[in-house]
Amino acid sequence: MDTNKTVAVIGGGIAGMEAATFLSARGITVYLIEKEDKLGGHLLDWERLFPTMRNGSEVVKFLMDGVKADNIKIMLSSKLTAAEKSGKGYNLRINENVDLFADAVLVTTGYDLFDATKKEEYGYGIYDNVITSADLEKIFMSGKALQTKQGNVPKKIGLVHCVGSRDEKAGNVYCSKVCCVTGVKQAIEIKQKMPYTEVFNFYMDLRMYGMHFEALYKKAQADFGIQFIRGRLSEASEDQNGGIILKVEDTLMGKPLKLTVDILVLLIGLIPAKGSKEVGELFGLKNGVNGFYKTTDQHTLTNSSNVDGVFFAGACTSPKTITNTITDARAAASTVAAYLFNYRSLERKIEQNEDFWLYNTK
Amino acid sequence: MSFDWFVLPFSIGALILIVVLISRYILWVIKLSRADRRKSWRSVFSFKLFQAVWEVFNESLLHRKIFRVNALLGWMHMTFALGWFLLIVIGSVESKFHKEKVFNMPYDPIFLRYFEHDVHGFWFAEGFTTIMDTILLLLLVATIMAVSKRFFKWIYGMKRTTKLHPGDQIALASLWLIFPMRFIAESFTAGIYGNGGYLTQTAGDIFATFLPLKSLELGAWWTYSSALCLFFLFLPFSRYMHIPTEVFLIYLRKAGVKTPDNKLTGFSEFETYSCSRCGLCIDQCQLSETTGYDDQAVYFLQKLRRNILQEESSHNCLLCGKCTNICPVGIDITKIRLLKRTEFAPEMLFNYRHYENVIHHDERKVDVAYFGGCMTHLTPKIKIAMTGIFRKLNIRYNFVDENGSICCGRPLKLAGNHMQARDLMQENKRIIIATGAKILVTSCPICYNIFKNEYKFDKIQVLHHSEYLNLLHKEGALKLTPNEEKMVYHDPCELGRMMNIYEPPREILEKSGKLIPVQKEKNFADCCGGSLANLPLSEDNRRKVSKEALTKLLAPSPDILVTACPLCKKTFSNVSDTPVKDIAEVVYERMIE
Repeated sequence: MDTNKTVAVIGGGIAGMEAATFLSARGITVYLIEKEDKLGGHLLDWERLFPTMRNGSEVVKFLMDGVKADNIKIMLSSKLTAAEKSGKGYNLRINENVDLFADAVLVTTGYDLFDATKKEEYGYGIYDNVITSADLEKIFMSGKALQTKQGNVPKKIGLVHCVGSRDEKAGNVYCSKVCCVTGVKQAIEIKQKMPYTEVFNFYMDLRMYGMHFEALYKKAQADFGIQFIRGRLSEASEDQNGGIILKVEDTLMGKPLKLTVDILVLLIGLIPAKGSKEVGELFGLKNGVNGFYKTTDQHTLTNSSNVDGVFFAGACTSPKTITNTITDARAAASTVAAYLFNYRSLERKIEQNEDFWLYNTK
Repeated sequence: MSFDWFVLPFSIGALILIVVLISRYILWVIKLSRADRRKSWRSVFSFKLFQAVWEVFNESLLHRKIFRVNALLGWMHMTFALGWFLLIVIGSVESKFHKEKVFNMPYDPIFLRYFEHDVHGFWFAEGFTTIMDTILLLLLVATIMAVSKRFFKWIYGMKRTTKLHPGDQIALASLWLIFPMRFIAESFTAGIYGNGGYLTQTAGDIFATFLPLKSLELGAWWTYSSALCLFFLFLPFSRYMHIPTEVFLIYLRKAGVKTPDNKLTGFSEFETYSCSRCGLCIDQCQLSETTGYDDQAVYFLQKLRRNILQEESSHNCLLCGKCTNICPVGIDITKIRLLKRTEFAPEMLFNYRHYENVIHHDERKVDVAYFGGCMTHLTPKIKIAMTGIFRKLNIRYNFVDENGSICCGRPLKLAGNHMQARDLMQENKRIIIATGAKILVTSCPICYNIFKNEYKFDKIQVLHHSEYLNLLHKEGALKLTPNEEKMVYHDPCELGRMMNIYEPPREILEKSGKLIPVQKEKNFADCCGGSLANLPLSEDNRRKVSKEALTKLLAPSPDILVTACPLCKKTFSNVSDTPVKDIAEVVYERMIE
């Protein structure tokens, strides 16, 4: 049941892939535009996934099976450089030389990782043995053993939660949603690989909201002996052997704590993507208070934008887990189809209430 | 003796004013410390009195400082002050000639034209009339300027002028009336008796053509006298209190009196009442520009005078010192605000015992003690640069707070907690002296300020690292390979306005690369917004202040933004896409081993 409709999906991460799959199933031609030379986005750099420890590559494979449809035109190493309204749809220019027309645009530009060098006090980019959660995944993926830069087996490893999230000074007041449980997952993985290494997680709150997350957290403590210390890291410095000296306050004990670890892992948060900003400027898309795209409504119109014919899916509107992203992508596909085929469902209106009052800003 | 009933309002007003002023000043002098009182008596019989008179002439009459900042405003203030002063002085001399008496009534010079119709009474009488008319003309122009400033402040380059309270408004209205009324009264009299000068006579002759001057004359003089009376009565409760008070303030300053570090005295009363509410501080205030709070220096002092100051107002300030910098009266508003905070500060008990477990001090005897400070520990690139420089140059140093530290005490002081700060300072001082170092180098201007001003080391020279690095470079120990990167330098408030260190960082940066000037620098530099002096300030507002300051700094599109304060570095790093570096990092990168 081919239709003559086309949709451009901007971003070939998991949201873009799954949305493309579901759009194509309705007979819509999809241009899946990805700036890198591979589909899969950030998931390609992640080894195993919480809470089940499934391999990320299995999910990528599942999603790849979806985008094999004939009416999905995958455009790799492609960047949207211009967009112009044309009738009800858009004329889009890719890489300065390819022009195409789309009846609707689905933006799936995802997120960027917080730049940990912004928290200079944690020493990322300064001390050799300070790495980020993303670096740790790359080490896991490489299959190499986790070692200090000096080539030693780490005896103690610290993981710091909320780096660049819930941090007014860093300018990000929101919760990145995935780091708490990633911290628990990575701590367990370290323990699985190196049972004799002591692992400490420093947290403000542990938000185990998802199904099975709490069980994972419990397992981390009961079966793996991972120590969870409530307190935000105040500063890190380096000792002569390359060890990282941590100054933390244990807020449950009410005492300052000094601890030297061999490797420090920073659980970096998710921030609005640079790509979102560029694409947003082309279409005139509105950002919310935290810099992610602003959806038309917080509860109901969660895939609609302020621009007619442009929709959102995935982590470009807020940090999301893989589960959430896939669900959101399918919802977006449905919303785009409703728009293209004039379903009554999109005619519904809801009174807008601003979220700005939550913040002391305008 | 010349007399008419209309002289009474003026005379009574003047008398009341004198009584109020004298009683206030006596009260404030009593509130001075004994030592300060002694200083002020002694200086009466010294050269300092002449210095004070000279400065009063320059500042209270000529208004040199306002001239420097804003020429139009300077002219207005000068003509008002000097003009009125000359009107009184020359008028008095003139009246003494007319009356041929050395001691005549105080109101005689004021109302001379009413009583004295003969302008040819003595050889220079006409000369006097011409001079007096000229002064009156200048004063009338000044009045027009003053009125226009209220309504067209942009002419004077001001975005905002001071909002006035009722006392000020009445005094202002009467002041606006005084000179036009004098002009009208004198013209009316001249129109009848022909005793005016080129201005008043001309005007009087014109008025005579269409006004019944004889019946209006007395009324005009009554109005003039009443305007004076009203001004005198409201002066002590208005901004114009600065006119008499500043004279005493200048004298006290010359006598060496100042506000002590720990409490406010009568001296700050003299300072507070010397504020003319000129409003130059208003446009300087980044915080009010961003947040809309009306707690700039002028309003803070106004609240202080009216005794309605709330704790919030004392904290609504970054203590960047820009208002103190611009103040033409030289009021140390930053200090007054800080000491007011102390009055509001709650008693707090601290327990520093846990330090014993955390801090392990290096007891080696060394040449240089290096104190990074808390903020430097949060910007470790700075401490890596400094310790790297020490090592490469083989300088025997001791990193005092390497393994944890005691705070220098200034953040507590900035919050008003002087007593608690003292405890920290004592302990810290003991630790620093124990290093045996002759030089104490710190990377943090906040620490530098308190080490230098309040620790009172006997044998230790305190240097900020920008001074120290510049010194090493001048001595030839530190050699640099400059590169082509374009740099702009941000003056930290605590290092610049508070400590007057402007040149050493610039000198060393010029030797390290291309330093390009920025629009607002040195004592006019903006605050980065990170100030520790305003803890209740929301992060959002802080970021706004930072971004605005950053935009100006990055206007010349530099490759890097350089500063000399870990707090400024941290604050700007959070909002800047251009790399932000400390001066120590720049030097460390470019030094030749």
